[in-house]
Amino acid sequence: MVKDDCGLRYPQMMESQLKVFWRYFKRNRLAIFGLIVIAVLFLIAGLAAFLAPYDPGQTNVALKLNRPSPHHYLGTDQLGRDVFSRMLYGSRISLSVGFVAVAISIFIGILVGAVAGYYGGWTDNILMRFVDTMLCFPTFFLILTVVALLGPGIFKIMVVIGITSWMGTSRFVRAEFLSLRERDFTQAAKALGVKDLRIIFRHILPNALAPVFVTATLDVATAILVEAGLSFLGFGVQPPAPSWGNILTEGRTYIFDAWWLTVFPGLAILMTVLSFNLLGEGLRDAIDPRLRGRR
Amino acid sequence: MSQNNFLLEVQDLKKYYYKEGFLTSDKIPIRAVNGISFSIRKGETLGLVGESGCGKTTAGKSILRLIEPTSGQVFFKGQDIVRLDREGMRKLRPHMQFIFQDPYESLNPRMKVEEIVGEGLEVHRVARGKEKLRRVSELLEKVGLHPQDAQRYPHEFSGGQRQRIGIARAISLNPELIVADEPVSALDVSIQAQILNLLMDLRDQLGLTYLFISHDLRVVKYVSDRIAVMYMGKIVEMAHSEDLFKRPLHHYTQVLLKAIPKLDLSQIRERPLLKEEHPSPPSGHECLFQARCPHSREKCQTEEPVLLDEGEDHFVACHFVS
Repeated sequence: MVKDDCGLRYPQMMESQLKVFWRYFKRNRLAIFGLIVIAVLFLIAGLAAFLAPYDPGQTNVALKLNRPSPHHYLGTDQLGRDVFSRMLYGSRISLSVGFVAVAISIFIGILVGAVAGYYGGWTDNILMRFVDTMLCFPTFFLILTVVALLGPGIFKIMVVIGITSWMGTSRFVRAEFLSLRERDFTQAAKALGVKDLRIIFRHILPNALAPVFVTATLDVATAILVEAGLSFLGFGVQPPAPSWGNILTEGRTYIFDAWWLTVFPGLAILMTVLSFNLLGEGLRDAIDPRLRGRR
Repeated sequence: MSQNNFLLEVQDLKKYYYKEGFLTSDKIPIRAVNGISFSIRKGETLGLVGESGCGKTTAGKSILRLIEPTSGQVFFKGQDIVRLDREGMRKLRPHMQFIFQDPYESLNPRMKVEEIVGEGLEVHRVARGKEKLRRVSELLEKVGLHPQDAQRYPHEFSGGQRQRIGIARAISLNPELIVADEPVSALDVSIQAQILNLLMDLRDQLGLTYLFISHDLRVVKYVSDRIAVMYMGKIVEMAHSEDLFKRPLHHYTQVLLKAIPKLDLSQIRERPLLKEEHPSPPSGHECLFQARCPHSREKCQTEEPVLLDEGEDHFVACHFVS
């Protein structure tokens, strides 16, 4: 259809941005695969109580270290607990740690990035040097130290992961703000006498959010991995509460006798992290018009 | 100076950008706007013309402090707005608005037209809720759009329609001064006329005063009472429109006028000579145009001409007014 200005208008002339996004996103099969896996994972975590054939904490030494069988789909551990049931409950830990930690990290990242990018000058300088300083710490060991000082616990882990992983987000939120604050529509808002906070939240932030969600998706994968790592080292979720990380740790001792104790949680972590990464990359490619032609 | 009926007085406005030298801490100034002065009476339209990169837009934005000027004074109704603090400036902003060149850049893609046009009303507590929507509908009708368009998003409109939305936003707070930065140059020629007529109608209806920035002399001639010609950050000539077109005094203005495309082939004369395509950055006190000027003499290289009245409000900055 031809565009013109003679008072005619074609409301459906241009697709909404969301539709365009979806059209490109669904072409990416790997990303769709990631999305499906994550959706299934959410269902499993939500319905763990109904799906689990056994109580995850119920011990039965008579049944210890049984191979996977129709009774115990993924076998039993050294205390005779059902690995399948424990894995289902463990998914809750992984997902909640992933999402809560990333929510905290995004919140801090957006705040720091927005202030630095919008105000610029020495504010920007101070904040970005602080980011550089934070990036100097090897994150995992920083987390280990904090957990060692404060003691383990799932909420502490979420918070600690959150406050040690916001720097990337803040850097590119800043970059987005730097360019968006020079755009004409921001200038127009300034010309109208709109206050800074409103310009930041109504005009700039909505236009800067899409890439934030992309990295957030990728960050969820990292957070899940960090939690698994912490639990593996014994600083994370404490037994008897099940998490993929600590199931893996406990199985480590029996790795030659009972492979199922380490292989299944390992696979679960792999699949989850992979899915989040695939989804994140798919989102990124679909959002960025420059990458659309590639697939 | 506030006694006379000038709505806007700009005095020696400068905006420098600094380019940092490689390996040195010296900062090389880029004089985007290099000391311009002019004034506009209430209800008058001043056209500001010049080639791309001469500092027209920077001047326009500095006057409204969308860009902070390096130095100079801008009197709005006798008050120096450059000295106002953030909040004082914010309170004054409804009186002076800006129309942007690119209608695809100037509207927030994630806001409905109602929010875009009504934001000023809401922020300055003029109207909210249903009253705001009613006012927005009125504004949209005033600029030739439908009241129902309030619920649409910018991407559903064409360039000309978007520019109308931008104009509706600019007049939403009943401003007195509007700085229009090439408001039609991004549009098709057929639509340019519509938008220009709309701007003129609004000027008559609402008693607006325009600073009209453009590189297109025909457009400027059509809308302006007076015209100022800018070259490399300075005003080189300023006169009433008719006068400027009849009696251009600065050689640069003469060249500009002759560069207007004409349909009548018999009128095409030999192009006047411009000596150098890209003048080097000025070193000190010389006429900025001297490198390209065929009439350049020794005095032009040592002394910078100032803007002087040649009679009938016709100002020109040249040692050897032809």
